Amino acid sequence: MSDAPRSGRYSVFAIARQALRQHSGWQRAWASPAPRDRYQVVIVGAGGHGLATAYYLGKNFGITDVAIIEKGWLGGGNTGRNTTIIRSNYLQDPSAAIYDKALKLYEGLSQELNYNVMFSPRGLIMLAQTEHEVRGYKRTVYANNLQGVSTEWVDAQRLKELVPIINIDGPRYPVLGGLYQARGGTARHDAVAWGYARACSDMGMHIIQNCEVTGVETEGGQVRAVNTSKGRIGCDKLAMVVAGHSSQLAEMAGFRLPIESVALQALVSEPIKPCMDVVVMANTVHGYLSQSDKGEMVIGGGTDGFNNFTQRGSWQHVEETVRALVETFPMISRLKMLRQWGGIVDMTGDRSPILSTTPVGGIFVNCGWGTGGFKAIPGSGWAMAELVAKGSPGPLAADFGLNRFREGRFIDESVAAGVAH
Amino acid sequence: MLTLTCPYCGIRAEETELHPGGEAHLTRVGPQGTDEEFEGYLFARKNAKGVHFERWRHAYGCGKWFLAARCTATLQVFGTYKAQNAHPPAEIVEAIRQARPDWNPDWTTE
Repeated sequence: MSDAPRSGRYSVFAIARQALRQHSGWQRAWASPAPRDRYQVVIVGAGGHGLATAYYLGKNFGITDVAIIEKGWLGGGNTGRNTTIIRSNYLQDPSAAIYDKALKLYEGLSQELNYNVMFSPRGLIMLAQTEHEVRGYKRTVYANNLQGVSTEWVDAQRLKELVPIINIDGPRYPVLGGLYQARGGTARHDAVAWGYARACSDMGMHIIQNCEVTGVETEGGQVRAVNTSKGRIGCDKLAMVVAGHSSQLAEMAGFRLPIESVALQALVSEPIKPCMDVVVMANTVHGYLSQSDKGEMVIGGGTDGFNNFTQRGSWQHVEETVRALVETFPMISRLKMLRQWGGIVDMTGDRSPILSTTPVGGIFVNCGWGTGGFKAIPGSGWAMAELVAKGSPGPLAADFGLNRFREGRFIDESVAAGVAH
Repeated sequence: MLTLTCPYCGIRAEETELHPGGEAHLTRVGPQGTDEEFEGYLFARKNAKGVHFERWRHAYGCGKWFLAARCTATLQVFGTYKAQNAHPPAEIVEAIRQARPDWNPDWTTE
């Protein structure tokens, strides 16, 4: 199949029309063409960030001679492995700007892509369970309000009203209050990747799956092509958007990144009746919890402390996370867990992402989102598209350059968000 | 679960007994180091997918730092050795070669 027909517009009329035809007329949402010899821009990594980069390259800059190549399947990495949480309550100004841009884009994304990403702004609470956290989150609330990101401090009683199943009198870590972002929430992670992919395909971009990069060809300090398992693909510009494998791809191009890859895990329970309509993050005890539309309790925990590429993590983190959450949510203690999985996250020293030019001309990196990339996908794509199109970062990406590590100009989110990110 | 043998007290310790300490054999940059060297020392990690050397502390045991040779792609452990080694010792290199015939050390021994 080279160029499949456009997928057509999804609407209630399309559903009615298809219903009359026994649903025989649905087209594939995106085409799967064979790669051409060269493209203006090649993006490595068809996860959320790579596809969003491609989409905004087309939409904001009119660049559609783009290939997005992916060694596995579309959205099969961290895009399909996260706990789908969306929020923008970050302490530092550059972080708040890019994450809030992402949140604003999420708010209109289903309409814009004509694809239901099931964005659910159900509200998000970060629990303060120590005096230090109370002070830390109050500080973040003040910072957010100055940044124009609306968050508020809620005391334990109000919090109990928002989350009736919570135990605020835990013996070890009582709930003292929380940081509440009413605009935060969740979205369907796969749908975000699929929606962007469909829109990119409709713009004529090529999404090439099962295509692994084996080498990067440079000449005179300028990128020329990538060698892949489907042959050589020439390009003027190359965007590396591959999360946990950023170091490996950078090595092919001859430079090093301040990245370490570790495993982060999540698990879901059997589905139960609706019991919690907000997202709750408990950073002191390393756990976060939300309920999916199917009724499963979605649980995320901490990362392992050692380098790992196996997409499975250490058992003790599962135990640690569940133990902590059972103390705060006693009613989940008898739930059976259905699935557990891991993803390889790309951690930087300051827990902030890298959107940057590189030592090689024409190569740009978007990585280092670590444990919290899903929420940033639209904002990251928006900023990365500008970086790739213009060759230099715009206001959203300017502070996230690689040079900040040499200059000691960190965007330190490790205190605010070292665990649940 | 990751199990490492502490080379000091000889105990086979599992992960919860140990504390990870990041990449091993980093050379500290002296006062004459350039900004680039210092950045490299602080941040630029090999982050190898495959054979990897790293620091561990037997935190809930003898408390000492030691070094381990591991494969990050399979979680196979090739061996552990004392932190006083400037480079992985010969028996560790041999153990890695047994399991990964095409692997080569990226250091030169004096």
